[in-house]
Amino acid sequence: MALGQLSADPDDAPPELAAGRLARLLRPFVGVAVPATAAIAALLVGAAMLLAFGANPLVAYRELITGAFGGADNLADTAVRAMPLALVGVGICIAFRTDVINIGGEGQIILGAITATVTSMAFDDVPRVLLVPMVIVAGAIGGGFWGAIPGALKAYAGVNEILSTIMMNLVAFHFLSFLLQDLLIEPGAIKIQQTRRLSENADLPLLPGGTRLHIGVLIAILVAVLGYLLLFRSALGMRLRSVGHNPDASQYAGMAVKKSITQALAFSGACCGIAGAVLVFGSESHRLIGEGGAAAFTQNAGFNGIVAALFGALHPIFTVPASFLFGGMLTGGSDMQRATQVPAALVVALNGVVVVFVVGSLRLRDRLRTWAGGISSYGGRA
Amino acid sequence: MLEMTGITKRFPGVVANEDVDLTVLPGQVHTLLGENGAGKSTLVKILYGLYRQDEGEVKIGGERVEITSPAAAISHGVGMIHQHFMLVPTLTVAENVALGLHGKRGLADMAPVRERLMEVSERHGLVIDPDAYIWQLAVGERQRAEILKALYRDARLLVLDEPTAVLTPPEVDDLFATLRSLTSEGRGLIFISHKLAEVMEISDEITVLRDGRVVGRTTPSETSREGLASMMVGREVRLGRDVSDQDTGQDRLVVDGLHVRGDRGNLALEDFSVQVAAGEIVGIAGVSGNGQRELAEAIFGLRPIESGKVEVACRPIATPTPKSVRRRGVAFVPEERMRHGAVGELNVSENLMLVEYEHRPYVRAGLLQFGAIAERCKDLVRRFTVKTPSITTQTSHLSGGNIQKVVIAREFSADAEVLIVAQPTRGIDIGAAEYVHERLLSKRAAGAAILLITEDLDEALQMSDRVVVLYEGRAMCNLPRAEATTDRVGLLMTGVSEDAPAPA
Repeated sequence: MALGQLSADPDDAPPELAAGRLARLLRPFVGVAVPATAAIAALLVGAAMLLAFGANPLVAYRELITGAFGGADNLADTAVRAMPLALVGVGICIAFRTDVINIGGEGQIILGAITATVTSMAFDDVPRVLLVPMVIVAGAIGGGFWGAIPGALKAYAGVNEILSTIMMNLVAFHFLSFLLQDLLIEPGAIKIQQTRRLSENADLPLLPGGTRLHIGVLIAILVAVLGYLLLFRSALGMRLRSVGHNPDASQYAGMAVKKSITQALAFSGACCGIAGAVLVFGSESHRLIGEGGAAAFTQNAGFNGIVAALFGALHPIFTVPASFLFGGMLTGGSDMQRATQVPAALVVALNGVVVVFVVGSLRLRDRLRTWAGGISSYGGRA
Repeated sequence: MLEMTGITKRFPGVVANEDVDLTVLPGQVHTLLGENGAGKSTLVKILYGLYRQDEGEVKIGGERVEITSPAAAISHGVGMIHQHFMLVPTLTVAENVALGLHGKRGLADMAPVRERLMEVSERHGLVIDPDAYIWQLAVGERQRAEILKALYRDARLLVLDEPTAVLTPPEVDDLFATLRSLTSEGRGLIFISHKLAEVMEISDEITVLRDGRVVGRTTPSETSREGLASMMVGREVRLGRDVSDQDTGQDRLVVDGLHVRGDRGNLALEDFSVQVAAGEIVGIAGVSGNGQRELAEAIFGLRPIESGKVEVACRPIATPTPKSVRRRGVAFVPEERMRHGAVGELNVSENLMLVEYEHRPYVRAGLLQFGAIAERCKDLVRRFTVKTPSITTQTSHLSGGNIQKVVIAREFSADAEVLIVAQPTRGIDIGAAEYVHERLLSKRAAGAAILLITEDLDEALQMSDRVVVLYEGRAMCNLPRAEATTDRVGLLMTGVSEDAPAPA
């Protein structure tokens, strides 16, 4: 539509019309500009928080960025940190797209880790080419099973999955403690909740380059691609998305809604379970360590993976770079903390601010796009 | 009483209203006529403060007013009965009426609201249970609640968006009596409809809109139904349809002695029987809320059957689920297309494939074959004249008529021997409705057994070989077309049985 047709003099244009023209000019930039602006705004808020703690924000941010991305070792650390986030994140994409809220990533990670660990113990001497895939698959089965339980409870008994998945986290956690106090505890060790050094044949092979980077990164990318194929290229994924958007219409079309809900949480759990296996066999200790160990082995990935998935707009492929960025903030955050002596909690808070701003801005971006794209509530006309 | 002059409203890429004038006098019924997308809704949304006009002015009672919100519109005495009801399903009728009212000291005191609601409802002859939850009500009853909501606020200018779509002829007469009593009190009414007979009956003045512009202004005495239809569509339109008789085959769908319970645990269907033969359209006429929804859901395995049986092709369906019923060759066009017929967030091709997505050649080794899917969907879009920018357009962006075409394309293209079609033309424009009717007839000619559930009496009489009237869950009659007259069926729809004296 020619502009002149509507109004010859821009100053005479009614406000709505001027806004419409502005919208047309801005349209191509909205996609990138909005989240980028949001990220900058978040960093400014973070800077204020740093100043309040008496730290120099410029120094802090420099340390954060170098810590995360400066040099091969740092990049490798970031990637290792990002793997479980991406794996959980892909699982979250599958669940959320089916309109099932999976808060049970932690429990599913733990179950995956347990089944993978038991598998490696049972098949100690199986050669590496076989044992590594075996423990990964075992992790997927364990996590998938742990996800299928609240899935089936939601589908067939109407149990709210948000509550049940959180509860299942607690059950998994205490089940792990129980195993590590007794059945799986390292022979001879007393009161340290950890297994023995697991079979070397199950170690995730390191990638060339002399860093900590192991094939977990390839597994994460592979799972992301599979997740994408599942959701957007397969008949099953179409059913899951259809059920997620409109279970009634899906049922009328003949789709099995209850089965779909169960499957979605099972797949979601399987991705988390793989994360559990990667966390155990890609760790430096090569042991399954409970709460009493040096660090909780899940690294909170069951929750942070949700954030990574939202950051990646619930798309399995975009979840990978989103996890990498988020992993960078986690690894760089400890460098920042060391350099500026700010409390550890501030790093977590800074992550939170970035996430809230960017995820919130995606909503805003979609609105602006609608506005700029001419898809109004009147859009049926075209 | 109302004067809208030179109203222009532009949306990016479209002009929804261009230089539209509308004057409503007190005591007058002014009809806005036009196809979907002609700009009727935009105009009344401006009046109701949901949109701001780009140009033009609105005067109420001779004074220029700025209507910036629905609250402002209500304070100026404008009431609106929306086509898509603005009711909270989880609240009762009385609670919905109370929404937005100011109670004393911020407390909700329902007793006076309830009392006044009963009074208003009695005065205008609109019977309703004030304590029923909206979700329990049928579409027709919901509309009654909407009308009462506006009357409760003593609206002097009432906008009614397709108010008769859900009523029986006697009820329409009652409604029109109500409307006339409202106008005799000096209220002004804006009536939106595309049912031409009603428009001719109730209107004092008619404004016809097409593509956002006023294309005609007339009165019933100056025009005819054909004249109005041609003005709306912009071309000659032939109303009415001759359906040739055709021989029917054996019964494909047999419903026998069906008892089904409704959402409230009431008996929604009582000893209901119907047979549909191949090559036959059986119309289920009646006001919605009399068991229509439950009938379709029971046949389709979405609602448990208390007793009685449903047979497709002479065999009962062991465990009816939508999937198993579909596998037996039954297709279904549900009443509420956005809730049950289509997934708005999925694109057009995904909605077209919603039933057959798992079948060869559209899937191989679990992966969707986009080539085969695109080929089929493009073919369907062309054959069923779906107006869409592309097959990957999000379905909710299409107009209601086009979404209905997507649903019909999917259900009619399946090789189903039995079709259950509920309210197929509700809320879609003349062109699309004409098209749906043609499709129904061509499926009939191809030998499908069609159960047409509709509360549009004209549609039921025009399309059906036999008419069954459903009233309070019971079949009132089973008439061949020749015997099904408007008067006879209209009376049966109100529950007046032919062999019993009218209830007092």
